[in-house]
Formats: sequence, C-alpha cells, structure tokens
Amino acid sequence: MSGGRTTSRGPGALSWRRMWAMILRHLYVLRRSWPRLFELAYWPMVQMVLWGFITTFFLEHSSWVVRAAGVLISAVLLWDVLFRANLGVCLTFIEEMWARNLGQLFVSPLRPLELVSSLLILSSIRTLISVAPAAVVALPLFDVWVFDLGLPLIAFFTNLLVMGWCIGLVASALVLRFGLGAESLCWLGIFLFAPMSGIYYPIDTLPGWLQPLAWALPSAYVFEGMRAVLFDGLFRLDYFFSAVALNGLYLFLTSALFLYMLRRARVLGLLLQQGE
Amino acid sequence: MSPSARPPIITVDNLAKRFGDVTAVESIGFSVAEGSTTALLGSNGAGKTTTLSILLGLLLPDEGTVTMFGEDMLRHRYRVLPWMNFSSPYVELPRRLSVAENLTVYAHLYGLDRVGERVRAVARDLDVESLLKRPTGDLSSGQRTRVALAKALLNEPRLLLMDEPTASLDPDTADWVRGFLEAYRQRTGATILLASHNMAEVERLCDQVLIMRAGAIVDRGPPADLIARYGRRNLEEVFLDIARYRGNGDGGGTDQGVLPVPQ
Repeated sequence: MSGGRTTSRGPGALSWRRMWAMILRHLYVLRRSWPRLFELAYWPMVQMVLWGFITTFFLEHSSWVVRAAGVLISAVLLWDVLFRANLGVCLTFIEEMWARNLGQLFVSPLRPLELVSSLLILSSIRTLISVAPAAVVALPLFDVWVFDLGLPLIAFFTNLLVMGWCIGLVASALVLRFGLGAESLCWLGIFLFAPMSGIYYPIDTLPGWLQPLAWALPSAYVFEGMRAVLFDGLFRLDYFFSAVALNGLYLFLTSALFLYMLRRARVLGLLLQQGE
Repeated sequence: MSPSARPPIITVDNLAKRFGDVTAVESIGFSVAEGSTTALLGSNGAGKTTTLSILLGLLLPDEGTVTMFGEDMLRHRYRVLPWMNFSSPYVELPRRLSVAENLTVYAHLYGLDRVGERVRAVARDLDVESLLKRPTGDLSSGQRTRVALAKALLNEPRLLLMDEPTASLDPDTADWVRGFLEAYRQRTGATILLASHNMAEVERLCDQVLIMRAGAIVDRGPPADLIARYGRRNLEEVFLDIARYRGNGDGGGTDQGVLPVPQ
C-alpha cells in the first residue's frame, strides 16, 4: 500500500506520536486563548491572597467570632448571593452561545436592552433558588438563622444581587467578544473581588494601598454593614447608601459595556460564529 | 403583474464589508421585487452569507445602505424585523428545548397572539406535529430543517431569508421543502431571498439570480436568461463558467454579464 510512513508497532502498542498529537491539539487551543492561560495562574493566586488575609486577621483577633455567633455563616451565605447573581447572568447568556442561538435571537425583534433585562430577572430567580435552601439548612446544622439580620438583610441581598449582575454583565461581554474560550471568567472573575470585599474580615485588615480599591466595591459596604448589625446591632445607613450609589453607577456602566460589545459583535460578525 | 414588475421590498446600494485585509463584500447593489424569489449564488467565500447577515442585521456593513419595506435597515431594523424571518441549517435552535418549547419562545419573541394555536398550526403545516414534544437536539437533519422552517414561518413573514434551505437533506425531504416554499409564496405573496449551492433548486424556485464571486455581483438575471446568454444547458454550467473564469482582478468581471461567454 502506498501512502505515508507509519511507526505503529501493533494494535496494542502505545504511540508517543499519537499522544503528542493530542497534547498538540490542546496546546494549539491554549496558545490562542489568553483567558485559558490566565485561568491556569489565576485561581491559586486568588486562593492564596484570600486565605492569607483571613489568616492574618485571625492571628490578631482570635476571639472575634465568639462575639457574634454566625458571622462567618452569614458572610458565606451573603457571598453566595453575589456569586450566584453573577453566575445567573453569565450562565443564562452563555447558554445561548452554547446553543448557537444568538443568531436566531438577534434576527427576532428582541432588543438588546430586553435581553439585558431578561438576564437580570433570570439571575434574580436563580439566586433565590440557590441561596434560600442553604439559608434554611444553616439553622438545624449551625443554629444560625440568617433572617435574624431582619430588614437589613433585604438591603444586603439587593446590593449584592446588583453587584453580581454587574460582574456577570462584564464577564458575559468578554465571553461574547473573546469567545467561549473565555467562559471560565464567569466562574473565576468574581473571585478577584473576594479578597477586597472583606467577606470574612474587616476592610482595615487589607494593606493601606488596597483599602481605597475595596471601598470602591459595594460588597465592602455590605459586609461591613453586616458586621455592624451583628456586632453592634446597628444598621449603617451611610454604608447602605454608598453601596446603592456605587451599584447604580456600575450597573449603568456595565450595561453600557455589554450593549457596546453586542454592537461590536455585529461589526465583527461574532453573532454567527460561536463554539470553540 | 410579474414579480419583477412589482416595487422592490429590498434595495441594497453600494454595500461593502471587510474583515481586516479580507474583502467579504465589495460595492454590491441589487433590489428584490415584492413577491419574487431571488437566489444568491456563488462559490464558498463568495460573500453570500455575509450579504444575508447584513440584510438580517447580524452584521454591520462598512459602507452602503440597505432599505427594506421602505425603512433604513441599518437605523430602524426593529421596525422591519417583525415582518421578516430567517432559516439556516447553520444557526440552530436550543437543542435541549422541545420543539414545542422552541416554537413557543419564538412565538412570544415575535409578539404573536394565541401562541399555542399558532404553534400547532405551523407544526401542522410543516408536518412536525408528532415532533412537538421531542427535544430539538434529538431530531434528524431533515426534521430539524422542517422545525427551523416552522420557526421561520411562525410570524407569517412577508420576507423570508434562507441560507441553503436544503443543505444536507435527502432528495425526498429537499423536494418537499422546495414544494412547501413554492406553495407558501403562492399562498401569501411573500418574498423569498435564499443563498444556495443547489442549481436545480434555484432554477425551480427563483425568478431572479444574483451570481457572486469574490465579494462582487458578477452577473444577474432570470435563470432562463442566464442559461441562454451563456449558451449552456443549465444553471450549473453557467455557474461553473463563472466560478472557473480567470479574468483580470479579483472581481472576475463586471456587473452586466461581461464575463466572456464561452463559445
């Protein structure tokens, strides 16, 4: 038989050549996708930074948690509101990319702002479904009833929900622009904000140079506000209004970014080119 | 009145689209008469899908204007979109949704009244009633094409744009789709613009053909006129003459049939 030379040594023999071909196949993908390369280094770095700050804080304040039982559980639950709200926007949008459905949607009379609004509504529904069972289960397991936070809980929930929407809109805009190779931004992007949000420790635990950045995040006001309620029984209106103002600004900016990326997608022809 | 004598429902003027150094479409212009069926013909990469995408508003051109139903499509596409629809084997419907769920979602997107009734009616027309409860991803390509067509006809569009409507279909299903499109046009007076590689299909369905090459329209006319002008037996031979012509410049010719007619 004519044709290419083969190095196969029989049906059972392992071929380094074939394994190399498979490695090459994925190296080609990695080489062309900065989000995938970035992701490799990103997660270990975020974990190290977050737990580094937690360790630093508790080394100096070992009796802190004792003063307000449930502070960590409440923080975890509220963090999950932010996480799920972000994921709710991203997953709903990416589902359309996975389904290669964007082309069909955008030849229908659906307007971009209607798409954005539906993403936010779906995110709210998904967040409620995700967080509510965990909040209930925390009572029998840890004797923590997050609803003891009272009316401020609604303020915290709403602010974190809106901030999650904003991060989700940015991640979705980037996935639309750079393709599904960037989809891990939906899961990982939000953790960039975890160390600066002061979820498990006060913002003044952070280095001085990082604190202004932290105070630019609505989540920092929410978690500080949560601790004020739990430790001092005080709902800080200044924190609340700061978070609302920042969220209003960010929601406007991130919606504008998402709409701009949709328009860029129409310039670059991305609405019909989805998939790997 | 013959279709070509009716007023245009689409008017494209001086349309151009480039992706970096690649020219996808260069200064094309054409009009499509109301109630006609027009084909965009051309080899792969000739610019057919780019042109369709611009008409649909999925792609913004670098230059030129598109007027549809008397509206500037690039500025007021939302006034036009409810009157048109689109079908392509390359743009899918969500595979995890059942056929009925997909059709229901799109019926709502088009703002239709009595959604359930309309979904059942269009499913009956396209012979997909028995598929309504099945996941769209489980369907064969023939079934999927009929479901895509059902979605495209939900709003009874006055303008239907189609990208290779019978690609990857067996001859029987493809013939059924062509027959359906003919009947739909006769019944509703709709206008159809399709991109196709199937010359027999174009000869059967179309009043007018726009032949593209390297982003330009290099010839146009009714299929019978083109066949006569090139002295060929069918449209496929005309297409091959044009596709294989090695003239000066990328455009391969000009707009009025000046590609050399083989002797």
